Amino acid sequence: MIEAVGLTKRYGAKTAVYDLSFQVRPGAVTGFLGPNGAGKSTTMRMILGLDQPTSGHVTVCGSPYRQLPNAPRQVGALLDAKAVHGGRSARNHLLSLAQLSGIPARRVDEVLGVVGLQEVAKRRSGGFSLGMGQRLGIAAALLGDPQVLLFDEPVNGLDPEGILWVRNLMKQLAAEGRTVFVSSHLMSEMALTADHLIVIGRGQLMADMSVRDFIAHNSAGFARVRTPQGDPGQREKLSAALTGAGGQVLPEQDGALRVTGLALPRISDLAHEADVRLWELSPHQASLEEAYMRMTQGAVDYRSTDDQKEGLQPDQQPGGPAPLPHVPEVPQQGWYAPPPPATSPPGQPASAVTAPEAPADAAASRPPAATDPTQSEDPR
Amino acid sequence: MTTPHQQPAAPAASYTSPIPIRRAHLGDALASEWTKIRSVRSTMWTLGVMVLLMTVIGLGLAALVTAVGEPAPTDESVLGLGVFGALTGSICVITLGALTVTSEFGTGMIRTTLTACPSRARVLAAKALVFFVLAFTAALVTVGLVALCQVAMVDGREPTGEEWLLGTVGVSLFVALLGLTSLGVGAVVRHSAGAITIMLGLMLLPLVAGFFMLGSSALQDVSEVLLEYSVPAQLIGVYGEAAGSGPAGWGAVATMLGIAAVALGAGFAAIGARDV
Repeated sequence: MIEAVGLTKRYGAKTAVYDLSFQVRPGAVTGFLGPNGAGKSTTMRMILGLDQPTSGHVTVCGSPYRQLPNAPRQVGALLDAKAVHGGRSARNHLLSLAQLSGIPARRVDEVLGVVGLQEVAKRRSGGFSLGMGQRLGIAAALLGDPQVLLFDEPVNGLDPEGILWVRNLMKQLAAEGRTVFVSSHLMSEMALTADHLIVIGRGQLMADMSVRDFIAHNSAGFARVRTPQGDPGQREKLSAALTGAGGQVLPEQDGALRVTGLALPRISDLAHEADVRLWELSPHQASLEEAYMRMTQGAVDYRSTDDQKEGLQPDQQPGGPAPLPHVPEVPQQGWYAPPPPATSPPGQPASAVTAPEAPADAAASRPPAATDPTQSEDPR
Repeated sequence: MTTPHQQPAAPAASYTSPIPIRRAHLGDALASEWTKIRSVRSTMWTLGVMVLLMTVIGLGLAALVTAVGEPAPTDESVLGLGVFGALTGSICVITLGALTVTSEFGTGMIRTTLTACPSRARVLAAKALVFFVLAFTAALVTVGLVALCQVAMVDGREPTGEEWLLGTVGVSLFVALLGLTSLGVGAVVRHSAGAITIMLGLMLLPLVAGFFMLGSSALQDVSEVLLEYSVPAQLIGVYGEAAGSGPAGWGAVATMLGIAAVALGAGFAAIGARDV
């Protein structure tokens, strides 16, 4: 159990984390999401007592990290796979960490086996690949057999087999009743691993809910309606009827209509009343990735129009990966067409746009595993 | 946007490890630091070079003095020949002392270490103890053996018991304390090259500055203090020959102890207060 209350961290004028409160519970994998520079690593460092919060506090298993009697036996953490002395062998690295908390040396060989590094245990870790480094970091986290585990970007640099392994490991650790807190900027990865999500953007909490709720609250689902081809009159008639009933209609290039704000049965009824035949009436649910982009996009717009929170804007690092796509005019291009510009500006919370079908149902009937950006527009 | 979440029914009992949990203490940290210091090459390299320098310089000087055949002055013991080796060797100890701390900061290992042991004072204390004992032992063995050889090779007055003690244990303590100072400086500046540079400056600058000030009558007093309290002058003092009114014998060792205590104190304060 991790509990943060009003956590704030300032570095000079820059605010990395602002008034963050959340709980991470045992028995589930909790994903910690945010774009680059959102404050994920800073939060993790504060949880581990490496950084002192400017205000607020965070406790692990009920007490601040630095006051735990034997911290590694209760909390294991992978912060940075490169945070090892490259001149030391993998085994000696783990041995020194084990000795620090009185863990027997045979546990070192045990965890080396768990992460599959027995073969290279005697090799200097400086020569390890990024993936091997990640495995070594995970071994260090597992060393104390702790009930709380923190992983900062654990799948970075892993091959597909390694990613699958980490995914299953997280789930297994959570199933054993442990608290698993995993940070990532990859929404697609979290969709497969996490049960619960904590999303932060620009150092502030944006969402704290289950993966299913997250999609339901943040996705802009829509219905695609197709009228018989070669009869534009019918299309216009339906369009007018739908708009009259409060829906938002956006024509697609191939002649279909994209409708938001009306439930599917209502669209069908309206079409029936208008005496328009339908060739297609299909629900479309945004993927987790879209929901996430939409949410963080909103945060950027919100912040940039608010002068009082100017200090929260982290510096743009030249050359570094852009934290967010800054194209408010055409948000999520490539994922799906933008929402009607007049009714849903990008800054507006996406949940304001009502999904045509009860979103929870759509999310429930579609397992998270199927949420892939490329599949989001497939008709079911 | 944020809604209070409803967690799906979590298992009531959280995980408990089958491995018994006990409180960690300084002994654990000492074992860990010993593993760390013995498992990197820089330790072998710096201590190896120290042993080599002390031996070669010490024995070379003894051989030179013997070859010249100059009658040794009766007022100073043969052990005084060790000063040059000790001075050169101490640079290696400074390097190792700084590296013991700064290599962790340089590689980011410090975050892993402090996650595994949130008590920062314990980590630094363990580092200081392990380093001090290792440096002292290595220096003592080398200085002792070299001194034995020097006494055997060079004709001169037999050193007294007090001189023996100062020339071996005293000098080794002095060198190890100098390394401990370096460790403290390393904990403050957290950068290998920076720490070593500061230490070399601390060692040599007072001497150099003092020499340059000798010409000016106005700076006469400052110059004297700088020369008397410079590290090389104090190391000579440990062998019993005080530079002017500067500390000599155990007094010089005590002065070094004071400097090391200040540096380590600063190191403890820095590592305790800062984010890593």
